[in-house]
Amino acid sequence: MNATDVMPLESPARRNFLRTSIQAGVGLTIAITLPLPGCVTGRDTQTSATASEFAPNAFVRVAPDSTVTVMIKHLEMGQGAYTGLITLVAEEMDARWDQMVGENAPADATKYNNLSWGKAQGVGGSSGLSNSYRQMREAGAAARYLLVSAAAEQWQVSRDSIRVQNGTILHPPTGRNAEFGEFVMSAARQSLPDNIPLKDSSQFVYIGKNVPRKDTGKTDGTAIFTQDMRLPDMVTAVIAHPPRFGAKVQQVNDSAALNVPGVLAVVTVPSGVAVVAKDFWQAQKARNLLQIQWDESAAFSQSSEQLLQQYHAAAKQTGMVAAARGDIGKGFAQASKIIEATYEFPYLAHATLEPLNCVVHIRPDGVDVWNGCQMQSGDQDTLAKLLAVSPQSVNIHTLYAGGSFGRRANPVADYVVETAQIAKAYGKPVPVKLQWTRENDTRAGYYRPLYVHRLKAGLDKAGNILAWQHHIVGQSILKGTPFESMMVKNGIDGSSVEGASNLPYAIPNFQVELTTMDAGVPVLWWRSVGSTHNAYATEHFLDQLARAAGKDPVQYRLGLLQGHPRHAAVLKLTAEKAGWGRPLPNDTVQGVAVHESFHSYVAQVAQIKRQADGFRLEKIVCAVDCGVAVNPDVIRAQMEGGIGYGLSPALMSTITLSNGSVVQSNFHDYQVVRMKDMPTVDVHIMPSVEPPTGVGEPGTPVIAPAVANALLASTGKSYGKLPLAETFI
Amino acid sequence: MQLQLLINQQQKNVDVEPDMPLLWVLRDHLGLTGTKYGCGMAQCGACTVHLDGSPVRSCVLPAQAAVGKSITTIEGLNSSTGKAVQKAWDDLNVVQCGFCQSGQIMAAAALLEQKPNPTDADIDNAMSGNICRCATYVRIRAGIHRAATLRVNTTISAEGLV
Ligand code: FES
Ligand code: FES
Repeated sequence: MNATDVMPLESPARRNFLRTSIQAGVGLTIAITLPLPGCVTGRDTQTSATASEFAPNAFVRVAPDSTVTVMIKHLEMGQGAYTGLITLVAEEMDARWDQMVGENAPADATKYNNLSWGKAQGVGGSSGLSNSYRQMREAGAAARYLLVSAAAEQWQVSRDSIRVQNGTILHPPTGRNAEFGEFVMSAARQSLPDNIPLKDSSQFVYIGKNVPRKDTGKTDGTAIFTQDMRLPDMVTAVIAHPPRFGAKVQQVNDSAALNVPGVLAVVTVPSGVAVVAKDFWQAQKARNLLQIQWDESAAFSQSSEQLLQQYHAAAKQTGMVAAARGDIGKGFAQASKIIEATYEFPYLAHATLEPLNCVVHIRPDGVDVWNGCQMQSGDQDTLAKLLAVSPQSVNIHTLYAGGSFGRRANPVADYVVETAQIAKAYGKPVPVKLQWTRENDTRAGYYRPLYVHRLKAGLDKAGNILAWQHHIVGQSILKGTPFESMMVKNGIDGSSVEGASNLPYAIPNFQVELTTMDAGVPVLWWRSVGSTHNAYATEHFLDQLARAAGKDPVQYRLGLLQGHPRHAAVLKLTAEKAGWGRPLPNDTVQGVAVHESFHSYVAQVAQIKRQADGFRLEKIVCAVDCGVAVNPDVIRAQMEGGIGYGLSPALMSTITLSNGSVVQSNFHDYQVVRMKDMPTVDVHIMPSVEPPTGVGEPGTPVIAPAVANALLASTGKSYGKLPLAETFI
Repeated sequence: MQLQLLINQQQKNVDVEPDMPLLWVLRDHLGLTGTKYGCGMAQCGACTVHLDGSPVRSCVLPAQAAVGKSITTIEGLNSSTGKAVQKAWDDLNVVQCGFCQSGQIMAAAALLEQKPNPTDADIDNAMSGNICRCATYVRIRAGIHRAATLRVNTTISAEGLV
């Protein structure tokens, strides 16, 4: 998702938001807060407050035992939402790290909207921390203010003479001290001023430091994912999808399936035929016995090969202009050397390790949904329409997600809708868990689209780039979704060209074109969205130009980055840390790439070694500038993981269509990076005072061009296709 | 069919179809949901448990084949090696989404029981059957090395590592 319309951190809208939410927080009367309806946390459903707690706002609760619970408004999918949001609250409260816990917020966009998305609750575009940075600090500061006021009242001292340190409220002149929990009742009676000051960065005790993660339960098996939901009377559904996208069920013979012990029903829904059973194994076994005739008259029946041919033909024409400056015709006319390249990118599955799943319980008076839910508002509205109920009566219980990478944020909420349709068709008022098999997950689409890129550049005698023309051909992710009106402008889907249309290099004559293709294959954003292909095309091409110009790739880029100091700085830092330019063993080479996505800047150097039976990817050096580093260790983890995630499509992953069918089905043929494939990763974080920006995605797009550029340095060949053709061992 | 299984040192009686893999007995019949389903065909390692101490993929192991053997799941990983692995994981903030980590920890603990001081090549061999889509591999490797050190250097009390 695009994060272009991020609200400035200090905007009045944000301040108003917090004021209102604090005031709406019951005018700070203390609540005997009950657990929010059905608020299942990934941690422990039983610790939700049942005793008197102090709840100064929608984000913070303080219990009599001084436990501070932070409501986490964004899905935790591994990116560190719990740790990041809790850090911000703990910082302003001066709390003790071990007294802080997180709890998934309910779906309620009036309180838990993403401030960079307007009114909607959800997360994406690496916006989780950036949109919450001020909001969560203000929530913590408000809680602290009220607790200090309560202490001042009780001790009959001035507020100013009170300090808070590491979870303890202290009055140094008298030596009095107390824990937060002592003031739970009286804090609720205090009032808040208009302006609560936030800490100066020099006073930070948590921001910028390493802390243990707060999404607990993940090393002892106690964390609850959607797959692990067990509810009274719950049944499990396994679905058969059509072999081709767009096919419809014509006829079902379910007699063999119904004979499997434990099977309760076979239901037909628009997306396929589902077996409902007492447990997964029975449901899957019966699903495999279904005999289904599909109506394929409207089904997509082309192959990847055919699409590539069409896309290559389209790429030779002129596309819609997405960005332009100067006059490329003139630039090419003046050039002494013209360089051209085409690049192909296959469809990619997200392949979260937890195959998609969802639990829906349609009750007479409402609907409960348990899901690793990335876009609460979208899912809520879609389900409300589908089931003809009000959005407020759709209770979404967000659970930890076993990965998402964009897949659990589908504007059309595919698997969530599918679960609700099965529950509706089953017709009993019991919870229905839909569990996709790995095969469902691999073949049901919503892929990163297949693309063809065509690039052309004109260089002068000295190797300067006079003209750059870049044509991107592929499906639009947003066309036909509720996001189209917002994010497709004048026929240009911004997510198709991001990272290409805003190329930072100083090139006088520049044009980026887009041709949007229609293919009946469902597509979706995939970790780092447009940058997944645009970073490769632009950065690998730039290395080819540097080579043609006889220039060092780092120096060549720096010469073109005059107006872009943050790109230049990460590039220099990475080069320095990687020992760029220093002599290496004969068989060892390095490749570099730099790219900005979601307002974060990342450069990487990949070092590869040529061996008798192929290349060995030895190490990656990475520098990132993401503004203020709130949790340096989470940033490092996201760079490591982002690199690993991006390495799969660089080296091995492909979804291929053959006559409309997906060839791959499970991890044996949809290959992904494993331990043996993973190089060492060395991450460096640029010190910064800029507002924090995302880290979940920006590490991913840079690795493929860095590796391809290392190969180029070794073999002298350019690489026109991902995954890369060379063997890696 | 009635099966008697020894799981985490406890005898459990279950009534399941004979071909049901151990994974689904654990998850759907015994509520031991720490062991995960990721692929169902021994490709990802999310379902790794110990059978008489050896790591096995429970998604392809018929429950019947586990009768008479000792099954350990993440919930029952009480050995000092297991505790060392869990501590190392927490110390290094290894997890991201966490979905693979029960399997990773079970595989790592089994490796360390066999090779108390594994090399990187040993780790590649023993751990490449466990996919982590969040690609926490760098830290899993570091975690295994750290756990190896913890096992040697620390005493294990009843409450865990001290
Ligand atoms: S679920 Fe058993 S190996 Fe993947
Ligand atoms: S931590 Fe997400 S799959 Fe490993």
